[in-house]
Amino acid sequence: MGLGSLFGRFFTGLFGKKKNLRLGIYGPPNAGKSSLANRISKDWLGEEISKVSHIPHETREVIVKEKITVKSKGKELTFNLVDTPGIATKIDYEDFIKFKMNAKEAKERAKEATKGVIDAIKWLDNMDCVLVVLDATINPYSQVNITIIGNLAARNIPVLIVANKIDLKKSDVKRIEAAFPQYPTIGISADKGTNLEAFYDELFKLVKQ
Amino acid sequence: MLTLQYIPHHEFSHLVLEDKLLIEGRLDPIEESELIKRTMSEINKNFSGIEIASIDYDLKKQELWDHIRKGIANLLLKRRSGLTIVGPASIVREIKKDPNKIELLTMEKKKKR
Repeated sequence: MGLGSLFGRFFTGLFGKKKNLRLGIYGPPNAGKSSLANRISKDWLGEEISKVSHIPHETREVIVKEKITVKSKGKELTFNLVDTPGIATKIDYEDFIKFKMNAKEAKERAKEATKGVIDAIKWLDNMDCVLVVLDATINPYSQVNITIIGNLAARNIPVLIVANKIDLKKSDVKRIEAAFPQYPTIGISADKGTNLEAFYDELFKLVKQ
Repeated sequence: MLTLQYIPHHEFSHLVLEDKLLIEGRLDPIEESELIKRTMSEINKNFSGIEIASIDYDLKKQELWDHIRKGIANLLLKRRSGLTIVGPASIVREIKKDPNKIELLTMEKKKKR
């Protein structure tokens, strides 16, 4: 991130809002980013935007859904939703073979996934606000999470942490809140649609920052 | 036997990642993401990426936010306290951190018969 980007963000804030607000969805693989993107898109546009799967790196390219308008308590918010591939430090094609893929498919998926990680990092500079989606059943103390949040903090991008999968028994939203006390955290289940009203309330607060 | 190759921070951008490295002067978040980008583009049959962990000497309370805040302060002030450990994922299985220690879990080599 250059100083230009910081100044650009400062002057945009000073002299008015950008026309198309970009809301990014970031996080490690399999946290439920695309499930959340689908949930938001389905709630407000009536259609899903991303394919979801239990196999890591299902989303391997950045997907943008333009002009989603969310309404809550008489307020209205329009943004472009950007679903990004999961950020990881390693991708081994042999991991995909465990999911019954053949070697060729696994290698192709690994190749696409590496490109997806690079694209997700490149897109950080284009975001106005970001939802960081974390799997609430997994310990948040990972270097990937530190790197993602650190990059967003360094760019001064407003962040809402979404602790996903709260429908699962092992989920622990408090552990995520304790790890990132500087950011608001909201527990949801994108899959089951749990606590979404509170999520949309937090989304409005995020965009106002 | 665990061996770590020490490199000073200013050589980090030229490093060839073949072994476990100890970088004196921790990487800031932007450098970490640049390293991830670079190593992602190098992934092939023999190289599946990296494991990485950064710590600060003077942070006793090692909460994630403390790491992030310190990393950004280092970035802005061009300060380099702490260290980063990075290694190829084929050798380093996992790096675990707690307030007082870093555990580097490495892959066991198969015994020759």
